[in-house]
Amino acid sequence: MIDAAFERVRERLAGVAGGTDVSHGVLVLLIEPAQLLATVRALRDDCGFDLFLDVTAVDWPEREPRFDVVYHFYSTREFVRVRVKTRVPAADPTVDTLVPLYGSARYMERECHDMYGIAFRGNDDLRPILLYEGFEGHPLRKDYPKQKEQPLVPYREPKP
Amino acid sequence: MSLPPLTTLPNPIRPAFDKGSREGSVIVNIGPSHPATHGTIQIVAELNGERVVRTDVHCGYLHRGFEKECESHTWHNLIPYVDRLNYCSALINDFAYCEAVEKLMGIEITPRCRYLRTLLAEYSRIADHLTCTAAALMELGAMTAFLYLVTIRDYIYEHLADLTGARVTYSYGRIGGLAHDVPEGWLKRLEEILDEMETFTGRVHGLVDRNRIFIDRTRDVGVLSTAEAVNWGFTGPILRSTGAARDLRKDTPYLAYAELDFEVPVGIKGDNYDRYYVRMREIDESAHMIRQLVDLLPAGPLCVEDRRCTFPEKELVYTEIESLINHFKLVMEGPQVPPGEVYSAHEGANGELGFYLVSVGGGVPWKVHCRSPSFVHMGGVHRMLDGYQLADIVPTFGSVNMIGGECDR
Repeated sequence: MIDAAFERVRERLAGVAGGTDVSHGVLVLLIEPAQLLATVRALRDDCGFDLFLDVTAVDWPEREPRFDVVYHFYSTREFVRVRVKTRVPAADPTVDTLVPLYGSARYMERECHDMYGIAFRGNDDLRPILLYEGFEGHPLRKDYPKQKEQPLVPYREPKP
Repeated sequence: MSLPPLTTLPNPIRPAFDKGSREGSVIVNIGPSHPATHGTIQIVAELNGERVVRTDVHCGYLHRGFEKECESHTWHNLIPYVDRLNYCSALINDFAYCEAVEKLMGIEITPRCRYLRTLLAEYSRIADHLTCTAAALMELGAMTAFLYLVTIRDYIYEHLADLTGARVTYSYGRIGGLAHDVPEGWLKRLEEILDEMETFTGRVHGLVDRNRIFIDRTRDVGVLSTAEAVNWGFTGPILRSTGAARDLRKDTPYLAYAELDFEVPVGIKGDNYDRYYVRMREIDESAHMIRQLVDLLPAGPLCVEDRRCTFPEKELVYTEIESLINHFKLVMEGPQVPPGEVYSAHEGANGELGFYLVSVGGGVPWKVHCRSPSFVHMGGVHRMLDGYQLADIVPTFGSVNMIGGECDR
């Protein structure tokens, strides 16, 4: 049943997505950043992936382009998941926002922007969400030192 | 050194609005540390009289760099960290994480472990739903109902402490198995607690279900339609309260759920009352599942015989060089996970709890990402707050069951 659902997705996306692959029960689509909106729109409207689960990035400092932006979608009708991956360079880590398609994208893109500095073109609300206003850098990038601290409130010496 | 005056400290957030959208409206800041909201969350609300016009919800006050920290520990060492995501049902986190790693390693767990994990996941779900319902009722003044429910929750905590050694954060899952088997008499006590729980939830039904005050505060408050819930990423009891019978345990069966007989309770219109009722019904279904699982629980080994992840017997570690080295390698280098990536999701107590793991080989993960239901829910919770009364924020927020540890990571 799952295979049949994946086959249908493959057929419908034949013109849009590059490589497709099934990994641990999830259909994986590798696409160019420019095709993101068209692919996700086709996934939502033609293939029934109505639940936007998650967006995150993976940092590969040695690689060019440096970041994978990874999306997961779920179909509440066919009960299958699809992963959409696209690559963006460190010089211009920009992808299109999915806010026009899914309301939930607004918050999750804010988190991804916080953590990796991925810019979501068209999302007008990329304020820090898990971090705070004025935090410098993107902590989940591999070059951000784990021990680095940026306290908002100055340290107090313990009273003797 | 004296503290600088408070006014010079920078504001950690930038609200989406600082002026009212109309004449006479007031901006009110609720939280992050407010006695009526459980969970460290900040809500900036624009009020027109007592009515909420719009809200801007901020989370992140409990952010502790879970995902960053995960990248410098072995796969095994993360188990105590994932416990602290949703600390009301820590075992579900354990098992979801372990299953994701097992998928990457290509491990199939033993039948006894599979049934025991299912049983414990359902037991945790009961504890989580009890906590949520109890807190939500207490915030409406139902102190007796609160005490009834947390009494049972405390029995469950003590009972799980007998099994795992800890009351809340158990660290009981292991990659490829569980820490140890259930002690003598544990399943008998389980049956007693379930019976007692049914007595107490029955009393809560009697106190609350047809209570005029409770109905007035919850019926038609915080209403969500199915289409809206899906668009805003709601899963779990909140999505089911809108009438959609979407449950990963039924739809994409994992562990032993395919062999169990259970129903997926749904609500009628997705308001606070429905969310209360769906949780109470899910407690019944979980108890029903646990009883089946006690009967189904097979004998046999608990952990897989796989030297990549399972620790050797302690006795052998002290007497046999191969086991000693095996133990040493597992502790120092961690389980060797082949390169790859995996997304694995369980039906957490709040919704879809997913782990996205990336491995480049070796004992330490390259990336661990947790798709936490609470965080996604916070992105859509304004749909349930806007347009209702200021006082409705408290019961609505209680019915969402935001868990700070999971939301902020």
